[in-house]
Amino acid sequence: MSRLNPEHERYLAEHPFFAGLNTKDIAWLADLARPLELAAGEYLYHEGDPSSEFYVMREGLIRLEAHTPGRGFLIIQTLEAGEVLGWSWMMPEVRKTFDARVLKAAHLLAFEAEAVRRRCEQDHHLGYELCKRFSRVIGDRLQATRFRLLDLYGQPH
Amino acid sequence: MVSPISSPPRTDPMLPRPFRVARVRRETADVATLELEALDGLPLNFAPGQFTMLYAFGVGEAPVSISGDAEKPERLVHTIRSVGRVTQALCGLRKGETVGVRGPFGSGWPLERARGGDVVMVAGGIGLPPLRPVIYHLLHHRKEYGRVYLLYGARTPDDLLFPEELKRWQHTLSLAPGSSPVLVTVDRAPESWDGAVGVVTGLIPGLRLDPAHTTAMMVGPEVMMRFTVTGLLERGLKAPDLYLSMERNMKCAVGFCGHCQLGPHFVCKDGPVFALPQLNGWLGRKEV
Repeated sequence: MSRLNPEHERYLAEHPFFAGLNTKDIAWLADLARPLELAAGEYLYHEGDPSSEFYVMREGLIRLEAHTPGRGFLIIQTLEAGEVLGWSWMMPEVRKTFDARVLKAAHLLAFEAEAVRRRCEQDHHLGYELCKRFSRVIGDRLQATRFRLLDLYGQPH
Repeated sequence: MVSPISSPPRTDPMLPRPFRVARVRRETADVATLELEALDGLPLNFAPGQFTMLYAFGVGEAPVSISGDAEKPERLVHTIRSVGRVTQALCGLRKGETVGVRGPFGSGWPLERARGGDVVMVAGGIGLPPLRPVIYHLLHHRKEYGRVYLLYGARTPDDLLFPEELKRWQHTLSLAPGSSPVLVTVDRAPESWDGAVGVVTGLIPGLRLDPAHTTAMMVGPEVMMRFTVTGLLERGLKAPDLYLSMERNMKCAVGFCGHCQLGPHFVCKDGPVFALPQLNGWLGRKEV
C-alpha cells in the first residue's frame, strides 16, 4: 500500500494504542485519519450526538461533562494528550452520553466509525485487535471510576 | 533496598523533647502545618522520608512524617491531617504552645540511588507532605537528577495542599522550558476548575521517562499505591526502583511493641519507606 499520509502513519505507529498492528492496517488508519483542531471552549461533541467517530488526542485537554439544571456542568473526567476517546464507535446505535468540551486547545485525529466498522467486518483480525484495544480503554475507565467511587483520599490512609 | 538512617536520635528514643510551635499554617479545612523549634535550641536532623512521634501533652502521641526541608533542620515542619483525637489536638495547637517530639525514626527515600536518573513522585491526598522533603532536596541539587515528575491526586481542588508551591515547582523542578513536571488531578471539581479530573494513575502513561533509569517514590492510600505500581511496571520501570511509604498503627516507633508489624517488617523501624521487593507478598494482603 502506498504511503498516503506518512506523518499520520509515523504518529500512529509510535502510539502505544496501535502498537502491534501490522503496517498495512496502520497505513489504512493513517489514510483515514482526519486532523481536527479545536480551540478552548469549543465542543468536540455533545450529549445525544451519534457515535460517528473515534479520536486520538495529540495535544490539549478535553473535559467530559454533563449539564444538570440547577447544578450547571458536572465534570466526569478530563482526557489528555495521547488518550483515545469515543469507544462507542463500535456500536452504531449508541449515542454520546456526555458533552466533550475543549479546555486547552486540542489537536486530534478523527476516525470515521462507519469506515472502520466496515473494514472490521471484512477483516476480523483487525476487528479483534481493535476490540482488544478498546476493551482496555473501557476497562481503564471503569477501573478509574471505581477507584474514585471509593473516595480514597477522604479517608485516613 | 532501603538502608536504615545512620543518625539515630541522640537521647532516649522513648523520651520526648519539648518543641515550641513557632508557626501554624492552616492548609485546608482539616490539615495544618506546624513549624517547631527545639526548646534546647538543638536542631533535629532528619532524612527525607523519616517521621517523628508528636506528643500532644495530655492527649497522646501520633506518628507524623516530616514535611520540611532537611537542609534547614532548625525548623522542624510537620503537616498534619485531623483524623482522630491526637491529630485533632495537634492541629489545634497555636503559636507559642509546646509539643513533645520523639525521633526522627525510620528509613528515608532513596535519594542517592536515584541520583543521575529520572524521578517520579506519586502522592495521593495527605501523601504529599512526606514527599515535600524530597522535592526540596531535588531543588537544592536539581542538576544531579534527570527529569522529575510529581503526580498529585486529591479529592477536590479545595483539598490540594501547598497550592502556591505547586505553581512554583512547575517552573523550578523543570529542566527544560515548557515541560510540566507537576501534574495535578482531582476526583471531583466544580466547573471553574480548569485542571485535570481523574485518578492519579491516569497520569502515568503520558510521562516521558527513561524507564531503565527511573526511580519512583509514592505515598498515599495503599489501593492507590498498588495501582500506581502496576502502572509504573507497565511503563517498564523495574520493581527494585519502586519505593513506597507504608503506614501502619505505629506506637513505639522503635520496633518494641509490634503494633505496626507488616509480615517480617516493623514499619516504624524497617520502613516507612520500602522498596517494592521488600513488600513482596505483603502488599495488599488482607490478613496484615
